Amino acid sequence: MVSSSIACPTTEESVEIGRSAAKAAAETTRCFHCGAACTLGVVRAGEHSFCCHGCQTVYEILTHNGLGHFYDLGQQAGIRVDQAARREQYAHLDDPAVWERLLDFSDGQTARVTFQIPSIHCIACVWLLENLFKLHPGIAGSRVNFPRREVEITYAPERVALSEVAALLAGIGYEPQFRLADMEARPAGSPRRKLYLQVGLAGFAFGNVMLFSFPAYLGLGGADAGSLRLLFGGFSLAVALPSLIYSAGDYWRAAWLAVRQRVLTIDLPIAVGLIALYAQSAFEIISRTGEGYLDSLTGLIFFLLCGKVFQQKTYDRLAFDRDFKSFFPLSVTRRTAGGEQSAPLASVEVGDQLVLCNQELIPADARLLSGDALIDYSFITGESAPVEKRAGDYLYAGGQQLGGAIEVRVEKPVSQSYLASLWSHEAFAKQRPDWLNTLTNQFSRRFILIVATVALGSALYWSFIQPPVALKAFVSVLIVACPCALALAAPFALGTAQRLLARHGVFLKNPIVIERLARIQNIVFDKTGTLTAASGGDVKFTGWNGRDLTGAEQAAIRALVKLSTHPLSVRLSAALAEPGAGATVASFEEAPGQGLAGAVGGVPVVVGSASWLGARGVELPAREPGAGSQVHVALNGQPRGYFEVETRLRPQVRQLLGRLGTRYELALLSGDNERERERFRELFGGQARLHFNHDPLRKLELVEQMQRAGRRVMMVGDGLNDAGALKQSDVGVAVVEEAGRFSPASDLILEARMVPRLAEVLAFSRGTVRIVWGSFLLSSIYNAIGLTIAARGLLSPLLCAILMPLSSVTVVAFACLAPRWLGRRLRLGAGGGET
Amino acid sequence: MTAIYILLPLSLLVALGFLAAFIWAVRSGQYEDTCTPAMRMLLEEPAPSGQAGENNSEREEKRNEEQHQ
Repeated sequence: MVSSSIACPTTEESVEIGRSAAKAAAETTRCFHCGAACTLGVVRAGEHSFCCHGCQTVYEILTHNGLGHFYDLGQQAGIRVDQAARREQYAHLDDPAVWERLLDFSDGQTARVTFQIPSIHCIACVWLLENLFKLHPGIAGSRVNFPRREVEITYAPERVALSEVAALLAGIGYEPQFRLADMEARPAGSPRRKLYLQVGLAGFAFGNVMLFSFPAYLGLGGADAGSLRLLFGGFSLAVALPSLIYSAGDYWRAAWLAVRQRVLTIDLPIAVGLIALYAQSAFEIISRTGEGYLDSLTGLIFFLLCGKVFQQKTYDRLAFDRDFKSFFPLSVTRRTAGGEQSAPLASVEVGDQLVLCNQELIPADARLLSGDALIDYSFITGESAPVEKRAGDYLYAGGQQLGGAIEVRVEKPVSQSYLASLWSHEAFAKQRPDWLNTLTNQFSRRFILIVATVALGSALYWSFIQPPVALKAFVSVLIVACPCALALAAPFALGTAQRLLARHGVFLKNPIVIERLARIQNIVFDKTGTLTAASGGDVKFTGWNGRDLTGAEQAAIRALVKLSTHPLSVRLSAALAEPGAGATVASFEEAPGQGLAGAVGGVPVVVGSASWLGARGVELPAREPGAGSQVHVALNGQPRGYFEVETRLRPQVRQLLGRLGTRYELALLSGDNERERERFRELFGGQARLHFNHDPLRKLELVEQMQRAGRRVMMVGDGLNDAGALKQSDVGVAVVEEAGRFSPASDLILEARMVPRLAEVLAFSRGTVRIVWGSFLLSSIYNAIGLTIAARGLLSPLLCAILMPLSSVTVVAFACLAPRWLGRRLRLGAGGGET
Repeated sequence: MTAIYILLPLSLLVALGFLAAFIWAVRSGQYEDTCTPAMRMLLEEPAPSGQAGENNSEREEKRNEEQHQ
């Protein structure tokens, strides 16, 4: 209730109040459809608020077609639609030559097509897409494959065209993505299928052979004992043979490869054990001297394959997480008739004109239209020397532009899986000389030696005492030495650990990274973007002679800094958020970590560090060093002033450095100047080495220097200016914000909120390696018992059949549960600080 | 006891039948996607309402029939 003594505001004032109130409300309102904060203004419809007309349109489409249940299934599960999907975008799908290759099936009346839709992410999406028929009468039905992010749509081509279906999907936020080029090669999950067949056969053999072995265990006999035993034995042999050949096939192949390359891997003892088991059993059964060990054999094969299935599931789960998080450039700048807009990567098509800035990844094969292109293909070829390209040249996806902005026309569709696969690309497989020296191989080498010694030793011993037992003892040792636990321990432990870490925002390229993490001795930190947060903090401008920047000047500076991806440029660009008229920048130049220069609308603008300006002949007045990073600006060759960008440390960095400093040698590398030395010296402590003014090449050299001194180095950076150092280090960690940039050179992607927990992550990897050794120890105990019995010639099939599964199960259970316990103890999930 | 000579091969035959069924199931793609059916199970078909709803529910039934064939 407003008291009458308060003066009523005038019209202008009330508009002002209304606007600021709306803005305040908008800041805290979240879109009902997609959940994004409505920072650009609120669109209302009924009782719901939306962040844009796109979301509101989708809401209306869904509710008017009886699909409002979508919002009950998932809160704010909608996907933002940036531009209304037009059917023309998909017109190429109506070309018979095209849809003939795309469709799974077509008989004129009904057609079936499978679309890849990367934005499927939850159960609400599944429900919505399977109710697609409600949106168009021509669609008969649809079926979603969630793990593969696909939807199979059955429709009537006479009533709805393929392009309409695609446009419909895009219109509600589920843009289909096609790769016409590799439509032929649809793998249909064949490696997984083969594995399931192998496991099925192994399980079949295992179960039946166990049943056949019961009479032998229970000592049942009778008058026909001899021929019955032959019957049971014969069937067991027959059933075990396919399992041995088909199910264990991968082990034969791997063992043969190991022999050819003269390398000792875990597959060798497995292969030897399998042969020994089958040969001995065949001999015993045929010569009627025993029952054989086929139950142990089939059990061994079955457990090994179960281990593989587990590994496969872990891998699938991780691939899913990674795809969804989309750790590669999410959006590119697309130039259309209406100007430049930011477009999601998934919407880029052949023929689109894109504008790529310095250090941006080329998302798809494209032709260069204009601009000075200097392409760094190190992501693809591993060559770090950039290549100059001229207008008309062809550029390959995965290359990185260095230099000013270039315009390209997309020639081939974007393949997100190709980009993601760069992460595992050859060029980044760190072929260290000891890459084979994994934990498992280290242990298996010793294992083989010990087993061989015991086998030969016992044979030798018995040949003097009781010759007939010698052969039996020799073979028994080979049989009972169970490599099963060896083969399973590391994959289970590391796989469990990898999944656990992924759940907390730490993504590993592969499980072996854990082993490498555990052996790190030196940690090198990048400063900007890693220890300091990329956002937050003020940007203040101080002009010489106290003059503030005019609007035109701000626009000019913004046009220049927009072209750079350096964190400071990004901050400035955001702070100078004036809707510029898109002034063109000529002769753009960027020296990474130093500054930018270019001519905006004819006016030369230089932005960067004081030394950068000095190098370009701009004399700066004397000034005092400020608190944050100083970015100087010169227009027309005259110094204009400087920005002070307050850099804030990420929370809890001090404690983190303290904890790490007790165990590792720390170092700081920064492209910035010495100004912050005092501040960081205090954080790092006396021992650490602090290096400033290091450009990317010097960072790389420093890492190499440490490695030459025999140290194992972990580099923590943001992947922007330190790709080389990340690649060179033993473990490269890239710190990413929510929708961060992607650096294939890294082994580990760390979400920014987990940076304070880095010490725990390292402790976790050390602990996991200890768990693997613990599993080896556990299996060694079983083996010791088994070997003792075997060497004394006392091994019986029953004993063997008990020992092997028992050892496998306990070792696997330990390897799976221990990392979880460790994670809980280290409280990996607790309080990753707010960014 | 001699019955075992017949029973054993017979039981093995039955077991082989199951193995054949398993192989067929894997090869016909039933194990391709073990995740989505689990999600689908939790989704209810919403109750149809109004004119548009009636059309939709008719088509829903037709669609269910086709899928179950």
